[in-house]
Amino acid sequence: MSIADADSNATPKGGDIVRRHRVSTRLWHWINFAALIILLMSGLMIFNAHPRLYWGEYGANPDPSWFQIGSQNGAGYTRIGSVQIGTTGVLGVWTDDGGTVRNRAFPDWATLPSDYNLALARRWHLTFAWVFSIGLLVFTIVSLINGHFRRDLLPTSDEIRPRHIWSDIKDHARLRFPRGEAALHYNILQKTSYIGVIFFLIPVMIFTGLTMSPALDAIWPWLLDVFGGRQSARSIHFITAILLVLFILVHLIMVILAGPFNEIRSMITGRFRLPKEKG
Amino acid sequence: MSRLITRRKFLNGVALSAPAVVIGCDRLGAAPSFRETVLSSGEWLSYRVHRLMGSGSLAREYTEADLSPEFRTNGNTDPGTQEYRQHLAEDFASWKLQVGGLVKTARTYSLADLKSRPSRTQITRHDCVEGWSAIGSWNGVPLGTILDDVQLMPEARYIVFRCADSFGTRTPTPYYESIDLIDAYHPQTILAYGMNGEALPVGHGAPIRLRVERQLGYKHAKFIMQIEAVASLTSIGRGKGGYWEDVGFYDWYAGI
Repeated sequence: MSIADADSNATPKGGDIVRRHRVSTRLWHWINFAALIILLMSGLMIFNAHPRLYWGEYGANPDPSWFQIGSQNGAGYTRIGSVQIGTTGVLGVWTDDGGTVRNRAFPDWATLPSDYNLALARRWHLTFAWVFSIGLLVFTIVSLINGHFRRDLLPTSDEIRPRHIWSDIKDHARLRFPRGEAALHYNILQKTSYIGVIFFLIPVMIFTGLTMSPALDAIWPWLLDVFGGRQSARSIHFITAILLVLFILVHLIMVILAGPFNEIRSMITGRFRLPKEKG
Repeated sequence: MSRLITRRKFLNGVALSAPAVVIGCDRLGAAPSFRETVLSSGEWLSYRVHRLMGSGSLAREYTEADLSPEFRTNGNTDPGTQEYRQHLAEDFASWKLQVGGLVKTARTYSLADLKSRPSRTQITRHDCVEGWSAIGSWNGVPLGTILDDVQLMPEARYIVFRCADSFGTRTPTPYYESIDLIDAYHPQTILAYGMNGEALPVGHGAPIRLRVERQLGYKHAKFIMQIEAVASLTSIGRGKGGYWEDVGFYDWYAGI
């Protein structure tokens, strides 16, 4: 078993064990893994305190909401605009761990803490928001300095040609993943989604979160103008969270399809066995 | 060479790590030692960073056109005590605000005294910790001018507001709140006696409530009876600086 260094000149071939992720990338990945679970689940608990979303600066119970999870006559519902669907059992009305029927938006298995507690959920959320944001800031600075961004994430001029993008989409649809040395590089769909998530989705998440702070709105009033008001920022924060969950789901599916043992090992130990070339 | 960790064990371990994080977090959050250290660090950091970034920054002020058509109430909407009923029946004619603690000259103010002082009117957004917001117009006395009047002692570090309302029926716990001196002297921090062009309604804290515009709703104490300057919050209530801070782990600094 030979261990080739991905950075060395000798081109590694299928079957070789190579080093794929740096320790900083791996550490950041697992910090994000824990922080995102905590942020997402505590966020759902915070949403439970007022399960309605509005557009504009203000919005409270007497005002029209564009999204609501609620209950009526023992049935749970989720309403988007004027479209209302029954969600009894999952959203609005559900049965808790102890068998008690609860009239709350998100169920106990999806929230942190499991039992209703806005104050504690805020502590989790507002502490790990710092962990998550500082992690992103350090990653951005480091990856710009050490070339990770330019070398591994920034698409090359060849890759952004429509023909290349189309062939990559076809490969993904056929579940044909890169083999041999090509498996060491992110493909164009990966690059686009990683750049989109890291440099757009997550910053929008962070800044809409900051817009909900009355103190930061006083310090940076432009936050309110960028997002169209505090309640709009709260709505965008929620939508962004859902998009982030979709990204994580696709990411997990890709890991499973590409070979979970090899992929997860490479994110823990950094070692990755290159898939054998066809033929 | 035998592998100590098989693939199956490895993948099971990874698959179980997400629920493990959650169960672990539930237990950690319930432990006071973790809650009051690690889980307070967000509040600690936000408070200091906000103060560094701009302790004098003003909250946005809106126009009449931006007012919420209906401004909902929250928390206690009527103290319901005999004393309060009496004051309400008399239109707060014999009600007195006591201002004391670490001050050179403790004083009392009638509602007429407060209304005769220079006032400030501001249309601001009220953000509840639950997530909703409402825009209202507030009219009242800047707290800083009252504090100048009674002259704070150098040891004073916090201003405490004691209220007429309580929570709980068997053993009622009175509502109280506290803020630091930066917020106390902030130009938009007022003792409001008017709302949307009228006298402050009972549901919103008559005769006076605090407006501390860069913090969340629970800091805006209603039905204020006493104001006290103190050096430390530890000997008041359960020592966390406010009713919700004492009973429910809510953060004392509610700027976020």
